[in-house]
Amino acid sequence: MKTSEKHAGAQRADRSDVDGQRPDRRTGLGRRILVARELGIVVALLLLVAVTTVTNPAFLSAQSIRDVLLGASILVILAVGQTVVIVSRNIDLSVGAVLGLVAFATGKLFGAAPGTPILVAVLVGIALGAACGVVNGVLVAAARVPALVITLGTLYVFRGIDHSWAKGEQINAADMPSGFLRLGTSTLLGIPLLAVIALAVVLLVGAYLQSYRSGRELYAIGSEPNAARLSGIPVGRRVFIAFVVSGGMAGLAGVLYAARFGTLDATVGTGIELQVVAAAVVGGVAIFGGSGSVYGAAVGAVLLTTIGSSLAVLRINPFWQQAVVGGLILAAIGLERLLAARAANRLRGRTSHGA
Amino acid sequence: MAGDDAVPLLAVRDVTKSFGAVAAVAGVSFALHGGEAHALVGENGAGKSTIVKMLAGVHRPDSGAIEMDGAPLVLGSPADARAAGIAIIYQEPTLFPDLSVAENIFMGRQPLGRLRRIDKAAMKAEAEELFGRLGVHLDPDRPARGLSIADQQLVEIAKALSVDARVLVMDEPTAALSGVEVERLFAVARTLCAQGAAVLFISHRFDEVFSLCERITVMRDGRWVSTDPTADLTVDQVVRRMVGRDVSALFPKEEVEPGEVVLDVRGLTRHGVFSDVTFSVRRGEIVALAGLVGAGRSEVVRAIFGIDRLDEGEVHVDGERLPAGSPAAAMNAGLALVPEDRRQQGLVMELSIERNATLTRLGALARVGLLSGRAERRAAREWTKRLQVKYGLLADAVGTLSGGNQQKVVLAKWLATEPKVLIVDEPTRGIDVGTKAEVHRLMSRLAGQGMAVVMVSSELPEVLGMADRVLVMHEGRVTAELSRAEANEETVMFAATGQNGTAA
Repeated sequence: MKTSEKHAGAQRADRSDVDGQRPDRRTGLGRRILVARELGIVVALLLLVAVTTVTNPAFLSAQSIRDVLLGASILVILAVGQTVVIVSRNIDLSVGAVLGLVAFATGKLFGAAPGTPILVAVLVGIALGAACGVVNGVLVAAARVPALVITLGTLYVFRGIDHSWAKGEQINAADMPSGFLRLGTSTLLGIPLLAVIALAVVLLVGAYLQSYRSGRELYAIGSEPNAARLSGIPVGRRVFIAFVVSGGMAGLAGVLYAARFGTLDATVGTGIELQVVAAAVVGGVAIFGGSGSVYGAAVGAVLLTTIGSSLAVLRINPFWQQAVVGGLILAAIGLERLLAARAANRLRGRTSHGA
Repeated sequence: MAGDDAVPLLAVRDVTKSFGAVAAVAGVSFALHGGEAHALVGENGAGKSTIVKMLAGVHRPDSGAIEMDGAPLVLGSPADARAAGIAIIYQEPTLFPDLSVAENIFMGRQPLGRLRRIDKAAMKAEAEELFGRLGVHLDPDRPARGLSIADQQLVEIAKALSVDARVLVMDEPTAALSGVEVERLFAVARTLCAQGAAVLFISHRFDEVFSLCERITVMRDGRWVSTDPTADLTVDQVVRRMVGRDVSALFPKEEVEPGEVVLDVRGLTRHGVFSDVTFSVRRGEIVALAGLVGAGRSEVVRAIFGIDRLDEGEVHVDGERLPAGSPAAAMNAGLALVPEDRRQQGLVMELSIERNATLTRLGALARVGLLSGRAERRAAREWTKRLQVKYGLLADAVGTLSGGNQQKVVLAKWLATEPKVLIVDEPTRGIDVGTKAEVHRLMSRLAGQGMAVVMVSSELPEVLGMADRVLVMHEGRVTAELSRAEANEETVMFAATGQNGTAA
């Protein structure tokens, strides 16, 4: 028995020696992995653009870049809102329905009061979206049921409200003031205004998640909910706010959708929630929360949009687009697992080294 | 040192907390004085962790009060506890694996710069300064994922240190630390004490308790036993107070002449969990695996059954070597494992009693691959009758039964496979006294019929009353093998706390 204790002592001393030497090397690896997440997707995007441009140089023309940016803007805004929710280990599937509802409401607003200032219309849209987010947030906090189920339910509820309100009616561009419609087509220094708005949203929310206490707490909640509770983080309130932000973003996206497309009915935005989640996941936002950034999600949204137009340029059957997106999602998740397994291996390697 | 009549920094007054019908803590009072380290000791399940959770704001006492500086203190949430200056170092580190070490330390209290943005440079510098005080080298920028348990515990300590706590509660913080790291932790605790803070230290290592603490409070079965200055106590006295109760004569162990060896375990090792565990069990014998929570007992039996991977060692049943990592092979060889957590691992709570009772024998009960409802019911009825399970309908969900009856269904399920070796992990946890005795009688009868029984138990009376032999584990190793004659509360407790030298 004595010898076994002595052995344990030796093992401990041995282990603390290892502690002394290792951190630097491990940190290097840790950082590389963090960078790899977002870098990987940027590289994928550049590769895609390069290959497409080689085939058809017109792909890199100013007009075609503008088209891609314009097309990606709404998806980017939705993906930003979704990221805020996903990092807290939740998900918001209702964004497509909220977008549709707000887009239709915006059309109705201009129909009823054509003189409404554009800024007011935008704020009303965000407020309506945020109100939907409040419903999601309250239900998730109160019901203690996974957000997946709650927001799947509210997806149908919001869509149902949209349908019963529209009653098959369609709103056309002619029903809305031209000043508002110009929001969807005008440019700022050659960049589509929608893309500028999307970029502003990305930077704003990105700064919030990175540098503000409540933003970091969302990551903490997603990383380990129990530890978050024990360290005094108001988990319920933070998750609630995340859903309100996601709803507000979907509202903003809804207004911009109305301005860009002009033709609105109750089916607007159907199915877009899956593209949004795909953009976030491809962009390196871990579906189990705790890691990823809005920058990654935004690049993910741009990548998904670019795939669409580049496959057209490459004359590949659009049928393949979905398969490519699916492959990307699997690759992103595969990378995730690989990183986790590597981290676990390092840990195991260490312990066995000690024993 | 503060006298007994001074107003204590923190006082626990007559607190009670029950979970369902089980009283975890009943009428416990003690006081922590500024500048003093106070130890809280007791067996597993004595209620120490419940006290910690009350101080952490996780549980609210059903009755009684917590006072700070003589005024009542309501701790409704962990945020309240933090605001009151109470810092807790938990037994299990509670870190955010995806966030950096520095963020883990300062979560919710990050230093702010312009526009209330987090000042990352200042945060990193403060983290480095904290690690400097602790004398360790950890990169504040690296993620917490992949840190060893000891390093994680250091982050927890840095966290507690960073809040300038008035009360520092440490719930078995040293289990994963090496000697040097423990010394550093104690140096920090002493510094805090010197600055007027109070420290509550919970540990099973008596050498640490005696070297750090000025006062020791002993708890047993959720009740307060004594609070005395350390100088007036010896290790022997503390151990006696921790266990001090009669071994009730409730344990009807039948005398059996043990037969040949059935289960033979050689050199089992799982790195970082347990190492070199060797023992054998004979037909008709009950062997208990005793030890404190976290000593690795459940992990050993899980590995024997093939649920967890093994790094080294072999398991033989009736002389045949079991293939590693295959519960199915273990079942075929005649092993049965009744797990510790019956709700999570032993039963499918939503399924009916009959379904649960026959889950292990679907193959035997099926005819041409199809299950016959009648055969299933017949088998279930037979076993529930033999074990005297009290139920309404066999078709009722098993979740509607009481804890004791649920445990009987789990036993029925495994006994129906007619095992040669029955492994039970905490067979009577959360079961009322009457049913406990029934379970004990049953185990004794099974052994009498020639079954080999391995029992993991944290309840000393159960271990001493039931077992023919006791293997005591401490931090992943078997530290003592005691015969029925040698085993008593003190020898087991000494071995379980790694105090073998003084036991003789």
